[in-house]
Amino acid sequence: MPRIAGVEIPNDKRIEIALRYIYGVGPSNAQDILKEAGIDPSVRAKNLTEDEVSRIAGVIDRSYVVEGQLRRQIQQNIARLRDIQCYRGTRHRRGLPVRGQRTKTNARTRKGPKKTVAGKKGVKELRH
Amino acid sequence: MGRSLKKGPFVDPKLFRKVQKAVETGGRDIIKTWARRCTIVPEFVGRTFDVHNGKGFAKVFVTEDMVGHKLGEFSLTRIFRGHSGVKKEEATAAAPAKG
Repeated sequence: MPRIAGVEIPNDKRIEIALRYIYGVGPSNAQDILKEAGIDPSVRAKNLTEDEVSRIAGVIDRSYVVEGQLRRQIQQNIARLRDIQCYRGTRHRRGLPVRGQRTKTNARTRKGPKKTVAGKKGVKELRH
Repeated sequence: MGRSLKKGPFVDPKLFRKVQKAVETGGRDIIKTWARRCTIVPEFVGRTFDVHNGKGFAKVFVTEDMVGHKLGEFSLTRIFRGHSGVKKEEATAAAPAKG
């Protein structure tokens, strides 16, 4: 099995699909990479020659940020927002949506599973 | 949608003039402003602004990392004091998440 960009070992899918297993390479990046390397996107990954694999690796090395480096870059960007006390930074810190979505309902991706507040309604009513 | 590159970043002209004047004279005064929509440009670095939040002013000391953001991003317009009836659990749960 070919090895591209560190640990990535895509299987016997078409190479345009297999490349997407690399973190940071999606549909359009995969196609751009193959175009630049001059490789037919419909070949199976296992049928690539050594030379073709190294050509793909070369293109990715030269002009794409992938895997660990990309993850680090994203983390750094978020850390910067957190540090400067801006609105987006505080949203990241609190684990709430950053781009102005509603939080009255939904937003479960950021907030995680529902935390039921026991007797929230009851407490309110007792006071009045 | 982002702003067109042709126009460049929006910088409040009045505020920019004030900052330039302060740079020339070496004034270190806090600049009071309502221009929350003004982009922070490198000239602002190291100065302190009082940015209006709808009610009062929030002090914003501009550092290099803030360049490219808007002044308003650093002056919060809402005060969230927690939900009603969930004092104890919320306070202990929210405190570590903040830091």
